[in-house]
Amino acid sequence: MTRDAMTAPPSIKKAATGKRQVRMDPEVMADALANDTRQPNGEFVPRLVARFHTMSGSVGGQVLTFMLTIAAALVASVPLIWLAGSDFWLTTTAFFGGALGSGPAIAETLVQMIPLLIAGLAVAVAFHASLFNIGVEGQLLFGGLVAGVVGASLDIPPALLMIVCLLAGMIGGALFALIPALLKAYRGAHEVVTTIMMNFVAVAVAEFAVAPTGPFVAADQPSATDRVPEGAQLPIIWEGTRLHAGLLVALAAVAIATWVLYRTPAGFRLRLMGANQNAARASGISIERQTIIALLASGALGGLAGAVQVLGLYGRFYAGFSPGYGFDAIAVALLGALSPIGVVAASFFFAVLHAGSVPLQAIAGISREFVGVVSGLVVAFVAAQPAVMRLVSNMRQKVVDDTLPNDPPEPQYMSEIATSPEEPS
Amino acid sequence: MKTRASRPDTAPVAIQLTGVSKHFGPVKANRSIDLSVRQGSIHGLLGENGAGKSTLMKILFGMMRPDAGRIEIGGEDVTLRSVADALAHGIGMVQQHFSLIGKLTVAENLILGRANSGFAARWLQKLDLESAGRRAEELSERLGFGIDPFARCDTLSVGARQKVEILKALWGGATTLVLDEPTAALSPPDAEELYALLKTLQQDGTTIVLISHKLPEIMRLCDRVTVLRDGAVVGEAEIPRAYNAPAEKQALEAQLVRLMIGRNRPEVPSRSSHIWPTVLSVRNLSDGERFGPIDLDVCGGEILAVVGVEGNGQGQLIELLMGLKKAASGSITLEEANITRKTTLQRFQCGMAHIPEDRHGLAVADRMSVIDNASIAFVDGAPFAPTPFWLSRQKRARFAAGVIRRYRVRAASVEAPVTSLSGGNQQKLVVGRELARAPRLMIAAQPTRGLDIGSAAAVHEALIGLRDRGGAVLLLSLDLTEVFSIADRIVVFRQGRIVGETSTADADLDRIGSWMSGIDEETQK
Repeated sequence: MTRDAMTAPPSIKKAATGKRQVRMDPEVMADALANDTRQPNGEFVPRLVARFHTMSGSVGGQVLTFMLTIAAALVASVPLIWLAGSDFWLTTTAFFGGALGSGPAIAETLVQMIPLLIAGLAVAVAFHASLFNIGVEGQLLFGGLVAGVVGASLDIPPALLMIVCLLAGMIGGALFALIPALLKAYRGAHEVVTTIMMNFVAVAVAEFAVAPTGPFVAADQPSATDRVPEGAQLPIIWEGTRLHAGLLVALAAVAIATWVLYRTPAGFRLRLMGANQNAARASGISIERQTIIALLASGALGGLAGAVQVLGLYGRFYAGFSPGYGFDAIAVALLGALSPIGVVAASFFFAVLHAGSVPLQAIAGISREFVGVVSGLVVAFVAAQPAVMRLVSNMRQKVVDDTLPNDPPEPQYMSEIATSPEEPS
Repeated sequence: MKTRASRPDTAPVAIQLTGVSKHFGPVKANRSIDLSVRQGSIHGLLGENGAGKSTLMKILFGMMRPDAGRIEIGGEDVTLRSVADALAHGIGMVQQHFSLIGKLTVAENLILGRANSGFAARWLQKLDLESAGRRAEELSERLGFGIDPFARCDTLSVGARQKVEILKALWGGATTLVLDEPTAALSPPDAEELYALLKTLQQDGTTIVLISHKLPEIMRLCDRVTVLRDGAVVGEAEIPRAYNAPAEKQALEAQLVRLMIGRNRPEVPSRSSHIWPTVLSVRNLSDGERFGPIDLDVCGGEILAVVGVEGNGQGQLIELLMGLKKAASGSITLEEANITRKTTLQRFQCGMAHIPEDRHGLAVADRMSVIDNASIAFVDGAPFAPTPFWLSRQKRARFAAGVIRRYRVRAASVEAPVTSLSGGNQQKLVVGRELARAPRLMIAAQPTRGLDIGSAAAVHEALIGLRDRGGAVLLLSLDLTEVFSIADRIVVFRQGRIVGETSTADADLDRIGSWMSGIDEETQK
């Protein structure tokens, strides 16, 4: 061996400290570029399904799980209906008729869906980073307050004001998540504890702001801020109903969240941290920074949900405008299996529950609180999913074992095996 | 040669397994295994990692239930529903990983979970530690362990802890002792002591099943060996105590290796031929606690192995080098750039790469796909993201496919979760992904632990390839065979410091062993 300091090693040049510079083996890079796996003539639908597949397991499986969970919760609530002393058929017709029976009923269901959808996204985004943000309720309240106050006091063109209000709501929600985020990132305080406590702070702040002697209370209405100018409110998109443009905002939020989570480096880092925090740290991700980013994003979505309610439905901030959207949102996110598309379906289901609860009380005489019972059952069945899945896969395995010969056929591999074992002589 | 209490050829059968099968999902861990262990013998269970040895023994110890098959103990058909069942049938087991509670004393550890009094008595009676201590002392005296039953377990050395594990297994009056890779964490002298101890136990009448993938160990201790591969028995052999000629022993060894790995032993790769200038230079590095200060240099074109008994500062070295832990003092220089204060991500960009020791803990995210796990090498997304708002899935998929092809990873699909790959293939994916960083310095921590020989050879080949291209490799390994076969230079760590250094060419196993265990220093005192 010779130690030869004169000859420079055939190395790749040393790294500069530029921000987005690429350090990658050029051979591997060339290899990857040459290896175009795209199939230009593929059918659109299979391609779409394949893409969706990579996001969240198999689509069929997800849909089936979703439907089964809902069905199980509904079936489990049948005996409770009976215990409540009501007729099953009457209850069913009242419930579904009230939620989906007519155009206005559907519109009302969609109105209920909007805050649940955005807040559900908020919870799901935090869950993707393995953070449990129970404080969406508080972020939603505070975001709504900020949006209401900004909308009532700023004097700028209405269209601009609408956008400013939505942004203000998001910033308000994010700020409200900032304290738990900092505590989690730098002091290790568990976000469940801190976000729950922040919920109480939010309620107190909201009540103070619009108390009779509060700084933002309206002259004409107790426990509310002044009205946001008509033009700055979210327009009605279905004449004759209360359905407002918040639905479009919510769907845009779904699209953006999906893109960010699955198609940006930031989303990849967030999901990686959620999947394995230590691996994320070892690969150079700053866990502190990611924790703050994830909770701020979640809080911003929570604030947006509040702002949309204020700007779309009420036109002003009421202290008690949320019947607990932030808590239902947890059930929504779980039922939606944290996928943004799943959250859309789950929030629709919960909206049906809420919208159906009013006729349920009026016609079938079952208390509105019954909705809480059903949503509790949904959460319980979501929690049971892994156990059921394991049971099913065990059963399936057993069937496969019984029908197949001892050795399963060799699966098809993408690459050849380096060292195919020879049988010993 | 000593005559044994019961020469196993004629002894009755202690344990008889017939047609035992067990699968986990699609993986068949055990395929209709027949095993018969004679009373008073040391029976070897030889096989590579993943061959199904541990699963089989977990079934015997009641930790898992077989899908099919019969278990007979002492000629009697038994069903083992729990560990308690197995203990009642006189089977004790020493797990691969220590199961002692450090904050408790030896005696407390021994009686843990072994209460055989009634429910009421358990809550009302005082814990009788004294009689337990006496019994432990007796037992340890009889076997020549020399262990203080009232010492706290975390004050004991690794070798002593292993003995406590054995005591624990024998505590309930076990007549059959199963040891799963008992020397994995021991330094050579400690292992030597364990071998002597097992012989004593055998003369005492205990039947021993020794699980190992170390052939020399099996050849020395066992009377009979069963070889497992891919979950099935592929061979069995009697190991004679004396050979007519050395060639006879070699022939048997060669045959066992062939059985175990299904082919001949891979060739030992060549040494480095050329040393380039220093890549990594560590000066006076310390974490302010138990580590350091150390000085270390790694040159381009060199594989430097850091060896030592597990837990002697290797972990801290990696954390400090990768920036996962702040250095209290000292400096780290990578190709003339001082990286002591740089973040982990900046260190990667300066030319470091890291194959973590704990694959599931640090290297892969089990829930994510193969694509995602390949892209972990580039968390800033740089090669795949034209802008921060767009991470190209297409490019990531092609990159993952490229790594799979280049390093011959067996993967059904790049979109499947990474857990659908076997451990060896996951590791090859990690190695490939880290090499794609174009590293100047590769930190490889136990890169072949738990891998079959084929995958291990592929990993070695990759590291050697990097070395031959002028890269530096820092190899942390507990496997001295691996170190001797690929490293160019060896440094020995003990208690967070470098206690010895040698080139592999003139390395001496005994000397390294004494450095690792600290015998050197003790004799000097």
